This record gives sequence, structure tokens and C-alpha cells, in this order.
Amino acid sequence: MSPDPTQVLAFETDCHIFEGCGFPGPGLHSFLFEPLWGEAGLTSVYFNKPMLLALLGSIIIVAFFWVAFGKPKVVPGKLQMVAESGYDFVRRGIVYETLGKKEGEKYVPFMVSLFFFVWILNVWSIVPVAQFPVTSIIAYPAILALLVYATWMSVTFKRHGFVGGLKNLTGYDKSLGGVLPLVMVIEFFSNVLVRPFTHAVRLFANMFAGHTLLLLFTIASWYLLNGIGIAYAGVSFVMVLVMTAFELFIQAVQAYVFVLLACSYLQGALAEHH
Amino acid sequence: MNLLVLAAETENPLFPPIPELVIGLIAFVIVFGFLAKKLLPNINKVLDERREAIEGGIEKAEAAQTEAQSVLEQYKAQLAEARHEAARLRQEALEQGTALKEELRAEGQRQREEIIAAGHAQIAADRKAASQALRQDVGKLATDLAGKLVGESLEDHARQSRTIDRFLSELEEKAEAAR
Repeated sequence: MSPDPTQVLAFETDCHIFEGCGFPGPGLHSFLFEPLWGEAGLTSVYFNKPMLLALLGSIIIVAFFWVAFGKPKVVPGKLQMVAESGYDFVRRGIVYETLGKKEGEKYVPFMVSLFFFVWILNVWSIVPVAQFPVTSIIAYPAILALLVYATWMSVTFKRHGFVGGLKNLTGYDKSLGGVLPLVMVIEFFSNVLVRPFTHAVRLFANMFAGHTLLLLFTIASWYLLNGIGIAYAGVSFVMVLVMTAFELFIQAVQAYVFVLLACSYLQGALAEHH
Repeated sequence: MNLLVLAAETENPLFPPIPELVIGLIAFVIVFGFLAKKLLPNINKVLDERREAIEGGIEKAEAAQTEAQSVLEQYKAQLAEARHEAARLRQEALEQGTALKEELRAEGQRQREEIIAAGHAQIAADRKAASQALRQDVGKLATDLAGKLVGESLEDHARQSRTIDRFLSELEEKAEAAR
């Protein structure tokens, strides 16, 4: 079986610098996986590693919260305390902060799920063996952004009616006078069309870039391991460690930002139009 | 199928394949379903219970403190009252004692004066009685003496002096007898 370049790990090439082979740099192909089952395609049915990781992620989150909150106690145990602080972070730190306690309470479960789901999909990036951030595949951020979009869009029209909802989306404000049509077009474009796209891509691109960097340095550490290259391989490996720590930080930040944005969109939808 | 070919075909990492969207949705719905339907209501209930327990504890402590305060005030009031009562009793006793002393002194004074007055009256009466008796006796004696003197017709000087001696000795006897 001839090696498929997408399936070859850096260590499997067994080719180092000065041995007459080029640098097998990471690229788009690093984000494509041969299906574990079925045949890859835009609409065909198949099952691959990111899907497995996504489902495993869900199971891990549910299992964690099941153990922590399944039989909660008034005087909490250690695990319950940890889970509570995570729950409280999203509830108070994000939802109540943006939507307020009264309006926000309804959306707490959605936002908590969103936060922990995105987080674990990000964290897969540095979990040994998995080592792939699921959110670096656009489909996962896209479907979540779509859910958020559907939520705040429906809230907009439910809260303000059809005309009121449109006014809300277009930033209708009579005092703007002549520029009003222009503002309305821009606002509509930015809110209705661009917003879900940027929401998804922000998360996707961050994780994509992070994973590419990690791959780059990991592959380089291996590839440079020959002759004088060994010194550079050491530097590269240090960068792997640094980037791993940095990614750990970015993963949490991006999950936070994703949920925070979802909340701020909802806040805009709930806001009374003046 | 070579994935590089596929990548070249789709050419766009921003174009999501349907199966991955579906799996993403399923995975999220699993999380959301469990958290929203069971686990978060669970913990919310417990958090509410905890808050109530804490608030209840605080309320109880406050109630206990209020009660302790009121009891303390009651005790203080009672103590003050008792002190006041004691002071009053002491004052009263003192006043009573003083009054009693005063009364006794007044009584003593009165009795003394009474006794003195009685003494004076007695003396006066005695003197009066004595002088009256004396006057009577002297008059009678004088009359007796005069009668005797006249009856004896003054025979001689010797008799006279006998008579007078007798009279005087009689008088002495009388005085003896009177005493």
C-alpha cells in the first residue's frame, strides 16, 4: 500500500533533513481524514476521527456532569464543587453579565452546554492520541453558530414582531436622517448575513491556526533531527511545548469568546428598540 | 478516493460537509439534552436549597441573638429594679430609724419635763401644805401658849420657864411624831 500523504504522520516518514527529502509541512490535507467507515464526500455517509472525537466529547461532558450533578448535595463534594464553579462561571460570568438575571436565566442551559461543548472540542487538540481540535473543521463551529443564529433571530421576531424585528436588525433610528438607508443596509448586511459567518469562522480559524502551528513545530522537530539540524530541532521542540501551553489557554479563551458573542447577539435581540 | 483530490475538488476548508454538520448537531444535542433536562435543574435545586439553608441559618442566628439581647435587657432591667428597690428600702429604713429616734427622744424629753413638772408641783404643794400646817400649828401653839401663860397667871418666873420648856419639848415631840 503506497503511503497516502494525508495519512502519514511526521514520525512515519522517517526522513530527516539532508537525506534528500523535502519538508513535509502541514497544510489543508492535515485537516482531512480518511473515514473510519464509509466514503468521504460532501453528502455521502461516513464516519471519521473528528466525528468520533465530537461524540466522545459529548459523552465526556455528560459523564462529568452526571457524576458531579447526578445526585447533588447541599454540602458539595470535590467534583461537584469543581463542576459548580464551571457552571457558575458561565452562568454568572457570561450570561448574567450580558443578559441580566431575569432575561438570562432561560438561556443558561444553552450557554453552559455551548461553552463546555466548544471547550472540549478545542481541548482534543492537545489530548494525546486524539491531538486534533474538532472545531478546526468548519462544520462544527458552523452548526453551533447556526443554532445560536436561529435562537437570537427567533427571539428578535418573537419579541418585536416582524416590523419591529426588522427595525432591530437594521438599527432603524429616525434621528439618523439622510444616512438612515445606508446605515440600514450596512447593519442588515453585518447583522443578518455576516454575523453567523464571523461567529463560526472566528472559532474555526483560531483552532485551525493553532493546530497548524503545533503540527509545524512537531514535524519540524522530527525533520530537523539530523546533523547540525539537531540544534534547531531542540528549539523547535521547545516551541512545541510553548505552543501547547499557549493552545491550552487559547482553547479556553475561544470557548469563552464564542459563548460571550452568542450572549451579546441575544442581548441585542432582547434589547428594546428605541 | 485520495483526500488531496477531494480537497482540491472542494477547494475550500470553509465548506462544511453535511455528515459532519449532522454529527456536530447530534453531539451538541446530547450535551444540551442532558444538561438542560436533568443535570442543571438538579444542581439549581440544590443551589437554591443551599441558599435557603444559609439564609435560614442566618435568620436563626439573628433570632437567637435578638432573643439573647432581649433577655439580657430584661435581666439588666430586673437588676436595676432590684438595686433601686434595695436603695429605696435602705432609705426607708434609715428614715424610719431616724423618725423613731426622734420620736423616742421627744418622748424622753416629754417624760422628763413631765417628771420635772410633777416634782415642781409636788414641791409647791408640799410647801403649801407645810406652810398651811405650820401656820395652823403656830397659831394653835401661840394660842395654847398664850392660854397657858394666861392660865398659870404667871406665878413665878420659874414656872414660866418650865412651861415654856415643856411647850418646846412638846413641840419637839410633835415634830418628831410628824416626821
